[in-house]
Amino acid sequence: MIRPDAEPLLEINDLHASVEDKPILKGVNLEVKAGEIHAVMGRNGSGKSTLSKVLAGHPAYQVTSGSVRYLGRDLLELEPEERSRLGVFLGFQYPIEIPGVSNLEFLRVSTNARREKQGKEEFDTFDFDDHVRDRLQVVQMDPAFLERSVNEGFSGGEKKRNEILQMALLDPVVAILDETDSGLDIDALRIVAGGVNQLASPDNCTLLITHYQRLLDEITPDYVHVMGAGRILRTGGSELALELEKTGYDWVDQQLAAEGVA
Amino acid sequence: MTMPEGWLTQLPAPAGTLEPVQRRGRLALSEHSFPSRRQESWRLTDLKRLEALFQLSLADQRSDCSNVESWPSVPALALRLVIDGTQDPLRGVTLPAGISVLEGAELQQALGHTLSRCRCASDWPVELNHGVSQQILALRIRGKVPPIELVMVADDSRLVPTRVLLLVEEKSEFDFLQVVSAKGQAAHSHLLEIHLGQESKVNHGLLALGDGREALLANLAVEQETRSHYSLVSVSQGWSFGRLEPRVVQVDGQASASIHGLSVTAADEQFAVHTAVRFEGPEGTLDQVQKTIAADRSHSIFNGAIQVPRPAQRTNASQLSRSLLLSGRARIDAKPELEIVADDVRCTHGATVSQLQEDQLFYLRSRGITHSSAAALLLRGYCKEVLDLLPLDASQRWLGGSLQVGGVNP
Repeated sequence: MIRPDAEPLLEINDLHASVEDKPILKGVNLEVKAGEIHAVMGRNGSGKSTLSKVLAGHPAYQVTSGSVRYLGRDLLELEPEERSRLGVFLGFQYPIEIPGVSNLEFLRVSTNARREKQGKEEFDTFDFDDHVRDRLQVVQMDPAFLERSVNEGFSGGEKKRNEILQMALLDPVVAILDETDSGLDIDALRIVAGGVNQLASPDNCTLLITHYQRLLDEITPDYVHVMGAGRILRTGGSELALELEKTGYDWVDQQLAAEGVA
Repeated sequence: MTMPEGWLTQLPAPAGTLEPVQRRGRLALSEHSFPSRRQESWRLTDLKRLEALFQLSLADQRSDCSNVESWPSVPALALRLVIDGTQDPLRGVTLPAGISVLEGAELQQALGHTLSRCRCASDWPVELNHGVSQQILALRIRGKVPPIELVMVADDSRLVPTRVLLLVEEKSEFDFLQVVSAKGQAAHSHLLEIHLGQESKVNHGLLALGDGREALLANLAVEQETRSHYSLVSVSQGWSFGRLEPRVVQVDGQASASIHGLSVTAADEQFAVHTAVRFEGPEGTLDQVQKTIAADRSHSIFNGAIQVPRPAQRTNASQLSRSLLLSGRARIDAKPELEIVADDVRCTHGATVSQLQEDQLFYLRSRGITHSSAAALLLRGYCKEVLDLLPLDASQRWLGGSLQVGGVNP
């Protein structure tokens, strides 16, 4: 939902970042306002996932220059946990398995960390149990998954549902979903996409990182950005994703060659 | 390093049921040299701490179970016994049907049999126990019997020797939890023999909790007949010096064993786990996972021997050693020792030493959990996989569900 007067939630300016001293992001500019859904597309290695990890504060990625403002404050100076507590959520492409840590306890601890920052009362064990069972409906998830260790033994689809469940619990302001559609069959994709749509509101924004149009058939973005060589090369409306579906990314190579980058 | 001159002679004169054993042990201690770091199994040991055991007084007639009120209640139907090396653990106890005391010729016949089968009867810590143990708790288990929780206490700079023998008859089933507790720079010398008859099952837990300045020498010898199943879950924490040596022998094959261990060290503690499993017949199985956490300047040692001689065809054994190094100054030595002669076997082993996984830490932090809380959560999860296997709900009752592990200092 594009509203010209909406508040900018995320402002990325000329962002450069490296991993193991290898530059990956080379000047990303992006503004995301409240109520908007943005899709970031591009080939493997274009920098999409790096952008998501940098925004979430992964310690393996070093920001070398540029800035990211979140709700008017410097996001990059915050620790990952502080970003989460303030409402930045990263849905992982490959959710991590944590043996021995109960999914239910993990969800409760993380939800309470966010609620404390929101000035809300923390859930006790019983209240949280009711709350999480309510939120499970967003992703049509079996309550049995609460009793297991975090993501351990979950199928690819179950892991992604667990990510969206976390998103539903953490009530993010900025949700960055890194290839949430990967590894999902069509039914699971619809359930996950349905969850994302339910959680989108005029007060938050969503950044979808994806390779494929099929996710965008379920979640209609307000903007589509195409990344290549570590920056955004083109921005358009949802029709851009359809165009990419037809034309592929060859034009990206041509553009980069013309710029002397490729 | 030596045993102090005169130490043996100041021991109480050999007496009681264990008199021949005491004589044997003392003779061995006087004739054999003190362990040396030139011996492979002692190569990494801080022998000064072993030598320090001789500074302790032997347990006398005094017994101090003053903290008994702080112990958790015993599960319904379970029997709790307390041994401290001096008083009779069966005093005032009515044993349930199926559990009886082993005495007289039967006891003499059984005593040391499993140690010999496990080839550890002459090991130095075993001979030390032989030399100083004054009592034995020897029980025959017949049928499905109520679980036993055996609490072993040591305090006040005392060396507490304890010896237990369990004869588990065929088709019997038995849950057995040992809680080894120590404080006040005390030490345990513990010797356990378990004989599992055919088709019997023993679910054995050993929860050993020191207070940071105590010592533990524990030798567990287990002999399995065919179609028996033995499970050992050991958890240790808080020992300034510790050496746990479980040895299992499957005498005719077709038996199964699982061994799960967790040892946690901190400060300048040193704890060693030396396991040995020997298959003497065909179609035996072993599932072994040893976990270690070493923090601060501590040192953790794991040696896991698996012996598969020629008669042990179609043995299926797996051993995994997983170690977490929480500090740059901590040390972990893990060594699998597979001796395989039989040619139709499946034996797998693996050993990993790592720090807390960055990806796991980041995942938790990205959900609002601080670095220190995330580390604590990961450590709890790491321990829980073993703790939850302890019988008699020991993890919840004795530990509140988790171990407190500190010293995360990569």
